[in-house]
Amino acid sequence: MAQAAITFEHVSKQFNQCGYAAVDDVSFTVEQGEFVTILGSSGCGKTTLLKMVNRLYQPDAGKILLFGKDVAKTDAVQLRRSIGYVIQQIGLFPHMTIEENIATVPQLLHWEKATISKRVTELLDLVGLPAQEFRNRYPAQLSGGQQQRVGLARALAAQPKIMLMDEPFGAIDAITRMGLQDELLALQKELNKTILFVTHDINEAFRLGNRVMIMNQGRICQFDTQKNILENPADAFTKALIDSAKAQQRFWEDFT
Amino acid sequence: MADLWMQIHAYFSQNTTEYLAYLWQHVSISLLSLAVSCLIGIPLGYLCTRNRLLNRCITGIFQVLRIIPSLAILILLIPVMGTGVAPSITALVLLSVPPILMNTTVGFAGVPAFMNETACALGMTESQQFWRVQVPLALPKILTGMKIAMVEIIASATLAAKIGAGGLGSLILTGIGLFRTDLLLIGGVSVSLLAILSGLMFQLLSRWLFPYQPAKNK
Ligand SMILES: Nc1ncnc2c1ncn2[C@@H]1O[C@H](COP(=O)(O)OP(=O)(O)OP(=O)(O)O)[C@@H](O)[C@H]1O
Ligand SMILES: [Mg+2]
Repeated sequence: MAQAAITFEHVSKQFNQCGYAAVDDVSFTVEQGEFVTILGSSGCGKTTLLKMVNRLYQPDAGKILLFGKDVAKTDAVQLRRSIGYVIQQIGLFPHMTIEENIATVPQLLHWEKATISKRVTELLDLVGLPAQEFRNRYPAQLSGGQQQRVGLARALAAQPKIMLMDEPFGAIDAITRMGLQDELLALQKELNKTILFVTHDINEAFRLGNRVMIMNQGRICQFDTQKNILENPADAFTKALIDSAKAQQRFWEDFT
Repeated sequence: MADLWMQIHAYFSQNTTEYLAYLWQHVSISLLSLAVSCLIGIPLGYLCTRNRLLNRCITGIFQVLRIIPSLAILILLIPVMGTGVAPSITALVLLSVPPILMNTTVGFAGVPAFMNETACALGMTESQQFWRVQVPLALPKILTGMKIAMVEIIASATLAAKIGAGGLGSLILTGIGLFRTDLLLIGGVSVSLLAILSGLMFQLLSRWLFPYQPAKNK
């Protein structure tokens, strides 16, 4: 059996101002090389869950292990440099060129200049932005979708084993999105990355994941393969989610 | 009118060194004041974003200072510091710290929370977050503050002549004393040109320093 890459043990997180827990007694295990998509409606705690992995948030209770090591006992800065993170708001640095943005983590890790430059070219190719044209531009000179791709490239730069992706394809049109999903799938197979991928979109969640985690109000409703979820939805929320996707499917079929 | 031109011409041909000396005094007092204001205003402005109480105190103090006319500050300083360059610079600094300080605070406060969080998430240490992200993002606003301060300083430094600091204000004072329109004109126009020029230079500087900014902020 593969080694567990990410383990949550009874993790809870409550923000001071809230009367309820944003993440409520969550336990699960993700094996190395798994692509897990996290699906749930707005405000259910997806981002909070993700941010506890790289210690942007401190859990109030429970333990998070990465490759068997308790994250609370590792050096936070080193930990974050070793984890790829795509933030929901894209978060490119406006005062840095695309090249400098992508080079952020390699620079923090003191890679050599030539190596960094080569890596930037490689990554821009990978996310489908011609390096010649884009490397010296500033984020403001890119479309929202192009910015998201740069955000993805930046997260991949230092070859992290674990990737945390918070709605990375939100601002990308359907066709480009499909292309990027394919790229990401291929990439993940090839590099054996462990990915936690947050999304609102049930189609995206079911298309990308090895397993899908369905969240509602800070709890995990179901964490299983697509097949099992479809065959045995664990609760009413999961069932409603699937029904809505099926209704959408029928909507398209009505046209043909 | 032709007379006036003749007089101005005569002044420049006979008193070139005097004029240049005034100009140099004016510029050096202004630059020195700006430098001191930055040394005080920028760190204080940053601290204000970290500490709410400090923010309230300092904003209060400088808001009051702003209401007092610069001439009054100058004259009030005479019994404390005497006359000359030092009290002039003190007055100019008091006058120009507020715009620098407030713009610095606005600049740092304007860095979006998710920007800081991104910097942190990528594995920057606290000081790396500060120097690589917060400072560059606050800098355009800080520079705006410096520009406002510089223009104010150059205009107000004219009054500094009143307490013996020299500068282009001396020309104007002499002009008033002797009913010499030519001197008034030379002094007044020189100060105006200097103020406009300094504003322009800051504009160019920010365009050069921040090529990534959308055109509307330039
Ligand atoms: N920094 C914070 N301070 C206080 N409350 C917060 C904070 N971040 C999130 N919350 C609250 O915690 C809950 C979960 O938020 P979270 O951002 O994890 O949701 P999400 O599932 O990512 O939603 P979305 O899909 O809209 O991004 C929400 O009720 C939110 O209001
Ligand atoms: Mg979120």
